[in-house]
Amino acid sequence: MKAARRDYSLLGPERQRAFERGLASGQWYQCPVPRKRMKELMQRSDHPALERAILWFALILGTGALAVWSWGSWWGIPAFFLYGTIVTGAADSRWHECGHRTAFKTQWMNDWIYQFACFFLYREPTVWRWSHARHHTDTIIVGRDPEIITPRPPDILGLILTIFNLKGGLLTIRNVFLHAVGRISDEEKDYIPESEWPKLVITARIWIAIWAAIIALSLVMWSWLPIVLLMLPQFYGHWLVLFFGMTQHIGLADDVLDHRLNTRTVYMNPVFRFLYSNMNYHVEHHMFPQVPFHALPALHEEIKDDCPEPYPSTWAAYKEIFPTIFRQLREPDYWVQRKLPPRKQLAPEADDVATVPAE
Amino acid sequence: MSWVRVCGADEIDEEDVIRFDHGGRTFAVYRSPENEYYATDGLCTHEKVHLADGLVMDDIIECPKHNGRFNYKTGEAKGAPVCINLRTYPVKVEADTVYIDID
Repeated sequence: MKAARRDYSLLGPERQRAFERGLASGQWYQCPVPRKRMKELMQRSDHPALERAILWFALILGTGALAVWSWGSWWGIPAFFLYGTIVTGAADSRWHECGHRTAFKTQWMNDWIYQFACFFLYREPTVWRWSHARHHTDTIIVGRDPEIITPRPPDILGLILTIFNLKGGLLTIRNVFLHAVGRISDEEKDYIPESEWPKLVITARIWIAIWAAIIALSLVMWSWLPIVLLMLPQFYGHWLVLFFGMTQHIGLADDVLDHRLNTRTVYMNPVFRFLYSNMNYHVEHHMFPQVPFHALPALHEEIKDDCPEPYPSTWAAYKEIFPTIFRQLREPDYWVQRKLPPRKQLAPEADDVATVPAE
Repeated sequence: MSWVRVCGADEIDEEDVIRFDHGGRTFAVYRSPENEYYATDGLCTHEKVHLADGLVMDDIIECPKHNGRFNYKTGEAKGAPVCINLRTYPVKVEADTVYIDID
């Protein structure tokens, strides 16, 4: 018998069910790491993020200059595609790390790059700071997590539209205008506290002012160039966001309190790791979000014996993801069950941490 | 005043925090880089996570779950995702022993 399609909204019956099952704000499994070692791994530094930020901005300027130079020729198509991939595709992990405020030790650097990345992703800073906090509280808990990319059965059309951000991006543009006049949805109110609503309204108005300035510049120049350069990479450069993002959780378990079961760690090449800021160590990130991106490989070494086998490559991850998506179309109850290693000898203080399996 | 013994002064590393449970309540007790001691409620005001698992940086404690930050000397919440201040408690050190006033 086919299971009924679940309601993934944050205000539907699954929300109550998550609370009743103890899944909302639950106690998540953590691999045992001695406090002394964890303190070393948590230490912040400006240098790794600064080096990467300088390289990122240099690439944005370089590819942007190439795109402007090729404007009007057919070379403009690959040039803008490359520029969009750098400015928007690589913005996702910068948005993420700076949103956690772990990328830089200096907080204003985190905050400024967070705002910059939000603009080039069409993610409202306040909305996404809070939605991501909820994503970490209730990772892939149906009815609680607002950042589930696709439900079971998968929304194929939605995934295709997300390649070029035609779902979330267009929705954000609409929401910015609603937020600018103070209209906040009930779902947003579920995870954004009232004290933060004024920030949402102010930022929406600032974004509209920036958009208006870009459009005005285009009119003055009588050219689409400013719009294509500053308001459209959020669409044509978005494919990389989905490319990396799909490896994180899709096809794995939902409604569990163990990131080893609902999250992937994927070994990636150095170019991908630069573009993705080491977020391929995603189990590690979710289990210990206070560890900055540059320490995730070391954290991985620390806990890998207590985790399922990592995926050896992006290709290997996708060899699982795509067949799983198509199988879930026919069998919505199917998910990939990660094989956990035998329980590691736990440190005494970690012995009371429990894993709660799905029903 | 209700002073309760927490631990020996050397049992907390410099620029670190420990968890202290007493009477069904949980506290976080800090030793600053200046070798001063402070105490706050033990759970983050955002999602009730133990702050003692977090990172102490100068006068800041960062929650291990969502990276919310507080000034542990004043209890001040330093911005999203923490919006509610932490309660702080008086601390004294006598004969190399740390006490907090939990009233």
